[in-house]
Amino acid sequence: MNSAALELASDRGRRVVLPTPAESPLAVRELTVSYGEKPAIFSIDATVPAESMTAIIGPNGAGKSTLLKAALGIVPRLSGRVLVFGQPLSEAMHRIAYVPQRASVDWDFPTRVIDVVLMGLYRELGLLRPVRRQHRERALACLDRVGMADFAGRQIGQLSGGQQQRVFLARALAQNADLYLLDEPFAGVDAATEKAIIDVLKALKSERRAVVCVHHDLATVAQYFDYVLLINVRKIAEGPVATTFTGENLQKTYGGRLATTHIDQLKLPAA
Amino acid sequence: MFRALLDALTFQAGYNAALVVLGAGLLGIAAGSGGTFLFLRKRALISDAVAHSTLPGVGLAFIVMVMLGGEGRSLPGLLLGSALSAGIGLLAVEWITSRTRLAEDTAIGAVLSVFFGFGVVFLTIIQTMSSGYQAGLEGFLLGSTAGMLFNDAVVIAIGGGLAVAFVVLLRRPMTLVSFNPEFAAASGVDVRRTDLAMMGLVMAVTVIGLKLVGLILVVALLIIPPVTARLWTERTERVILAAGIIGGFSGYVGAALSASAPHLPTGPIIVLVGFALFVLSLLFAPARGVLAALIRHRQFQLRVHRRQGLLALAHNEAIFDKLTLAVLRREGLIRQDAVATDKGRAAAAKTLRDESRWAVARQLYEDEAVFARYDGLTPIESVMTRDEIAEIDRRLGPPAAAS
Repeated sequence: MNSAALELASDRGRRVVLPTPAESPLAVRELTVSYGEKPAIFSIDATVPAESMTAIIGPNGAGKSTLLKAALGIVPRLSGRVLVFGQPLSEAMHRIAYVPQRASVDWDFPTRVIDVVLMGLYRELGLLRPVRRQHRERALACLDRVGMADFAGRQIGQLSGGQQQRVFLARALAQNADLYLLDEPFAGVDAATEKAIIDVLKALKSERRAVVCVHHDLATVAQYFDYVLLINVRKIAEGPVATTFTGENLQKTYGGRLATTHIDQLKLPAA
Repeated sequence: MFRALLDALTFQAGYNAALVVLGAGLLGIAAGSGGTFLFLRKRALISDAVAHSTLPGVGLAFIVMVMLGGEGRSLPGLLLGSALSAGIGLLAVEWITSRTRLAEDTAIGAVLSVFFGFGVVFLTIIQTMSSGYQAGLEGFLLGSTAGMLFNDAVVIAIGGGLAVAFVVLLRRPMTLVSFNPEFAAASGVDVRRTDLAMMGLVMAVTVIGLKLVGLILVVALLIIPPVTARLWTERTERVILAAGIIGGFSGYVGAALSASAPHLPTGPIIVLVGFALFVLSLLFAPARGVLAALIRHRQFQLRVHRRQGLLALAHNEAIFDKLTLAVLRREGLIRQDAVATDKGRAAAAKTLRDESRWAVARQLYEDEAVFARYDGLTPIESVMTRDEIAEIDRRLGPPAAAS
C-alpha cells in the first residue's frame, strides 16, 4: 500500500522525505471513479507531501480533474479512501480550498468580484450571519494579494480570463485553508496573471500549506512544482520532480501522444 | 374605470376583490423571489413541469374526498393532492435526467405532457360523476377568483410568507449552488438537497398560486419577475429583492385591474402587467436595456473619433472629419481654429503612449485580445491591473521611446 513511498526511499540514495498518510495533506488509496462502465480513474494511490507544490499531470481525459473532484467528494467514489491530514474527508473538508476550472461557471451571473470572494467565507458566515466590515476587508485583502483590489466592485462579466482566474484564487484564499486544490489554474491566462498566481502559490507553500494543481504545461513543471503525480486513468508515477519527472515516465504517461523531440525540449532535470 | 381601479387598489372594491388583490400581491412577491434561483440555476423550464404535474393531484384528491363522503372542493385537500403529484412529477424529471441519457428538457417535456394528460382524464371522469360539486375544478387551469374565500386568502398569505422566509434563510447556499455547484459542494453545501429545496420552493409557490392564476400561468409569475429584475442590477441579492417587488406589483396591480372592470380574467391580466414591466425594463434599464445599448454605441462612436483626432494631433496631421472636430472642441482639446490646446497636446501624448501599450498588450495576451476590449478606446487602467500595466511599460521602455 505504501509502495510509492518505499520506491522513493530507494531513489538513487538521495534523502527523500517520506510522506506517510497520517501527515500527508492529501492521501488517496485505491481511488476509483467511474461515470459509466469505463473508469475515469482506476485504483489510484497517491500521497502528497506536506508543505509542497504538487502537479497532477497527464493527457486529456486522463482523469486529472476527476481525481481532484473525487478527493473533494464532489463526484462519488466507486471505491477507495481519501485521507486529508490523516483524517477522513468529512472531518477535514474545512481545511481544503478548491479552485475549479474557470470555464465551469457562467460569468454573466449577477454578482460582483467582491461577492465572489465573499463566497469563500461561506463556512464562517453560514446561512444568516451578516457580512460585516471585517469580512469585506478580508475579502479585499485577498483580492489585493492577487492584484485585483481595484476591481472589487466590477461585475464579473467584465473581467478577462486571467482576471477571472485571479478572482477564483482570491476566493480560495478567503477560505484560509491548509490544502489548496486547483484545477488548471494556468489554463489560458496571460503571462502577468501566471506570474501573479505562481507568486501567491509559492507564498502559500512558504506559509507551510500544501498546494496541488492539475497542470497541463509540461514546460513549467520543473520551474513551479516540487512533486509530481503522473496519471493516465491509472497512476504512472509519483515522486519529487527531480527524480520522477523524467522522459521515460512522460513517455509512459502520454504514450505516443508526446513526440520524443518534445520531451527533449523540456530540459528535464533527470532525463 | 379609473375610479374602479383606484377603489380596487385601495381595497375598497368589496370584500372579495380586496381578498383577491391582497392574495395576488403576496403570491407575486413569493413567486418572484422564489423563481429567481430557478432562473439563476438556468432551470426555469422545470417550473412548467411542476405546474402541469399538479393537475392529476387535483383530480385524484377531488375523487378521493368525494368517495370518503366529504366535500370534494375543499381547497386544503386539493392543494395537498396537487403538491403530492407535483412532487412526483419533479422526482420523475430528476430520475430521468440522472438515470438515463435523456437531457433535462426532454424529461421536462415528457413529464409535463404525460401528467397533464392524466389530469385531463381525471377531470373528465369527475364530470361524469354524480356528485354535482365538480363545477370550478377547471379554474385550476387558468385560475379563478369568483369563489375566493377568506380562508383561500389566508392559505396564500401563509404559504407566500413561508416561501419568502425560506428564500431569506437559504439565499446563500442557493446562490452558491446557482453560481458554482462544484465550489458549493467543496464548501460543505449539500448541492442535491439545496437543489431539492429550490424545487420545493417552486412547488410550494405553484401550489398556492393554482387557485388564483392557474397552473398554466403561474409559470409566468415565477419566470418574468427575475428576468425583469436581472435587467436592473448586477447583484444577486438585489435581483431577488427586485424580483419580489416586481412580482408583488404585477399581482397587486393586475388583480386590481381585473377587479375594476367586468370580464377581465385575473391570472392573465397579472401576467400581462408583469410582461409590461418586462418590456419597459428591456427598453429602459440602465445597463442592459436596449436604449442604453444604443447610447453606449453612440458614445463608442464618439470615443473612436476622439482617439483618431488625438492621434492626428500627436502626429501633427490635419483633421477634416466634422464629428471628430466637434468632439475635440467640446472637450477643449482644440481651439476653434483646430489648433491643439495644452490640454489637447497632453491628451494626445497620453493617447499615443497608450496606443503603444495596447500594441504590447495585444502581443502579450494574444488569446485575450480577441475577446476583450484591447482596442485603444477604453482607458487602459480600467481593463488591466497595475502589475499588468507595469509589465507592459517595462517592455516598452521609458516614455520617450514611445514617440
